[in-house]
Amino acid sequence: MSNFAKTFSSSLGKKLVMALTGIFLSTFLIVHLIGNLQLFKDDAGQAFNAYAYFMTHFGPIKIISYLLYASIIIHAVYALLLTAGNKKARPVAYAVQKGGQNSPWSSRNMGILGTILLIFIVVHMGDFWWKYHNAELPYAKYEISLDNPNDIQVSELPYDANRLIHSDIIDVQARKQIVVSKDLYKIVNNAFQTWWYVLLYVVAMTALSFHLIHGFKSAFQTIGWNNSNLVPIIRFLGVWVFGVLIPLAFAAIPLYFFFK
Amino acid sequence: MSNNMNLTLKVWRQKNAKAKGELVSYQADHVSPDMSFLEMLDVVNEGLIKKGDDPIHFDHDCREGICGSCSLHINGRPHGPKKGITTCQLHMRSFNDKDTIVIEPWRAEGFPVIKDLSTDRSAFDRIQVAGGFISVNTGGAPDANVIPIPKVVADEAFNSATCIGCGACVAACKNASAMLFVSAKVSQLALLPQGQPERYRRVQAMVAQMDAEGFGSCTNTGACEAECPKEISITNIARMNRDYFTAKLLKSEE
Repeated sequence: MSNFAKTFSSSLGKKLVMALTGIFLSTFLIVHLIGNLQLFKDDAGQAFNAYAYFMTHFGPIKIISYLLYASIIIHAVYALLLTAGNKKARPVAYAVQKGGQNSPWSSRNMGILGTILLIFIVVHMGDFWWKYHNAELPYAKYEISLDNPNDIQVSELPYDANRLIHSDIIDVQARKQIVVSKDLYKIVNNAFQTWWYVLLYVVAMTALSFHLIHGFKSAFQTIGWNNSNLVPIIRFLGVWVFGVLIPLAFAAIPLYFFFK
Repeated sequence: MSNNMNLTLKVWRQKNAKAKGELVSYQADHVSPDMSFLEMLDVVNEGLIKKGDDPIHFDHDCREGICGSCSLHINGRPHGPKKGITTCQLHMRSFNDKDTIVIEPWRAEGFPVIKDLSTDRSAFDRIQVAGGFISVNTGGAPDANVIPIPKVVADEAFNSATCIGCGACVAACKNASAMLFVSAKVSQLALLPQGQPERYRRVQAMVAQMDAEGFGSCTNTGACEAECPKEISITNIARMNRDYFTAKLLKSEE
């Protein structure tokens, strides 16, 4: 084994992999949330559909998205490897162990929280990512008046294998901008009409909250970035931005569509 | 004495390393609240010896919280319910009359049970031997204080050096990880000028030995620092990680 491979098979090396993939996945959440905030826009999904097209067809973003899928898998696989090693490190369990008196709940249940998140990611990607790429979705046609941008006519077009996923033309004579795009917004809207599906999302975002409240600061501790000036900032970001704000905003999306 | 307590003990009894152990109940009556936990066990053992039974085997030495010999996982926590003390410094006034107290040995692959509550903690010695030292040349003794060390650094090194190697960190950790111990031993030398020549070799050797002994990996729960009788901080673990990654990924030599 090379020295490099040895490093990443040591206990600390595996932790480093967890920390780096974890931080990368956390930063992705910021981008994903900002993009998804367009779902709240009252434009029948025009902005969101254009964004969905951009995110799936712009080269550099595609490269990052494949890195992201790889990170999810690596994070989960290394978690399994570490957990297996940790179980082996205590072959006989205690009859009584009071972890609640010396450590926070989330820190002791990252595996359960992570499993909930992994199941969620599979369901979530199956329902939106896979369908957007492979299913025969209907198209939405937006006719926007050039004289009054608030005057938008929306109509549905059936699936056509030959149609572009997204097109945007300006008809100067009719004084109209005509946008046609694969209607992911409709799929989102339809999905969140089912109560148990909304509940699944809310539960998953609660798990995300607890996972990140421990995970974000934990990643920096593992890397060794624990300078006394840095720690309060990391703790604040980990709890309030990644642990509260981001999961709350994500959970608001299914609730918004359900109660709209 | 009216405030003496009657307690039920559930103690892990195991004949030897290979035998299968079990929790056995004992009655400890008329226990004075002023006794230390180990003195209470001594009294129970005297009763067992009088009856011709095998006394409960447990580790102890100085009985003043500095040697690191005593262990005991008491009611689900290493060194019992109090903070910043060892089992020998725990007094029976921390318990109430008619309490049931469960007493178990440290549980870890790296700490096999020798007998009853006594475990083999020589894994810690082997980790120390791997790199927890400095090499010095003989010759004339240098003048004291000739090497300037900032007060905060000296204090931090001293805090790390207060580790008594009892193993409570491993016992408390849900992963039976030894990282608090190893990081304290790495830090006490990495912080000081005398530790610099072997700094990066040391951290690699000690981490490799820690892994070889079968200890788990840190998940930053903080249970170790909460249970450490010397209140050693997990800042040490971050420092060890930093040195280890520096050695492995950023340094070309060693």
